[in-house]
Amino acid sequence: MIRKLTMVLAVACVLGTAVVAAWGPRTKTMSVQNQRAAVRAKPSSLGKVVASLTHGDAVEVLETKGAWLRISKGDAVTGWMHKTALVRGRIRLAAGAEDAQLAASSDEVAMAGKGFNEQVEAEFKAKHQDIDFAWVDRMEKITVSDADILRFMEQGGLSLGEGGAQ
Amino acid sequence: MRDVLCMLTLSCVLCAAVVLTGCETLGSFAEGLDMQKVDSLIKVGKAGVQAAKKITPEQEYYIGRSVGATILSNNKPFDREAATRYMNVLGQTLAKASDKPETFGGYHFLILDSVDINAFAAPGGLIFITRGMLRCCKSESAVAAVLAHEIGHVQHAHGLGSIKKGRITQAVMTLAAETAKNYGSEELAQLTEAFEGSINDIINTVVSSGYARKFETQADQAAVTIMKRVGYDPHGLIDMLGQMKQQLKPGGHDFAKTHPDPLDRIKDVKKMIGDTPRAPEPGPRQKRFSRALDGV
Repeated sequence: MIRKLTMVLAVACVLGTAVVAAWGPRTKTMSVQNQRAAVRAKPSSLGKVVASLTHGDAVEVLETKGAWLRISKGDAVTGWMHKTALVRGRIRLAAGAEDAQLAASSDEVAMAGKGFNEQVEAEFKAKHQDIDFAWVDRMEKITVSDADILRFMEQGGLSLGEGGAQ
Repeated sequence: MRDVLCMLTLSCVLCAAVVLTGCETLGSFAEGLDMQKVDSLIKVGKAGVQAAKKITPEQEYYIGRSVGATILSNNKPFDREAATRYMNVLGQTLAKASDKPETFGGYHFLILDSVDINAFAAPGGLIFITRGMLRCCKSESAVAAVLAHEIGHVQHAHGLGSIKKGRITQAVMTLAAETAKNYGSEELAQLTEAFEGSINDIINTVVSSGYARKFETQADQAAVTIMKRVGYDPHGLIDMLGQMKQQLKPGGHDFAKTHPDPLDRIKDVKKMIGDTPRAPEPGPRQKRFSRALDGV
């Protein structure tokens, strides 16, 4: 009888743990999937920036509002991020990075810096020397601040309204 | 047999108890957070290799850079700072209002020194517009329509969608999930081949054959939505298409070849706009448009 009960308990624990693991923390932790991402004071594309996060930074989701997620990162950072800045789970940073081990948990979703990466681009460039990346590099250096956009909208009689991107 | 059934029943009851306990633990998280919303908001693969099957924003960025560089190897940029600046402020304002305001490397815009009527979007947000296309734009709203249409292609990942099935093989995806710091020469060759093929597929679609009609309609719909959100009159899109119809040369190798007839698009866009009244272009807006793009 004891043996049977032990087996029942064991099966229940395995099944229960599996279900909880599947529904559990994976939905809570998200990571920055872009090079940089702003955390804003309100759920709007032009809300005041309270912090700037970088690729691979993990955050905890507290609340959703339309396409916006209220997140926290440690005790210091709380604010709103657009859904397109985040991916569910953790991103394991490139091998050799400090927290690669830390992030190597069941909820990781992707490797950073793998697949089509800088190394592949360098190989592509070597094979196609007629293709010049100088202007692409120049394009990427063009920056437009939120203040520039606000001024532009005001001058042109435009407004983004609450939320901006839906 | 009865014992087995009994065990299974008990297991299920206990399993439910464990699950409920788990849910209770998640209660504080679930409070105020609609789990289904998060699920529908962000699509991710299930785990491990499956997740790596998806092209990540970082990989999309590298694909986009090479697509952009390839476009620029056949088209000279129009290097005038004021015009480039204007396109970037306008473009990034529109991108803020799109459903994909953030990409790995951000949105960037460049004018191409060509009289062809054309515009291209590389995956990830590098957007190109020819002088010929700008000449079809008689107002800022019309330029906004072109840029918002291209942002729509980025938002819907139409470029990535043109990569041929089977190009990104399981072997390539496995390499993308490996932990080694650098790829060996064989692995690198395999990845580069898939990369080159992907660039070619996208260039062939964007520059040569054009997207399917439904993708163009989606991009027009995105343009109308973005324009309305920011406060531009979406009739700017109709005006631009009207000008384009007048200026396109039948049988040309530009927009005439890669896009549906502007008149067909106008019909569709009119349906999207509905009875939205026409709004006059405010003076300061028209003035800055003329100043920035004078002589383009």
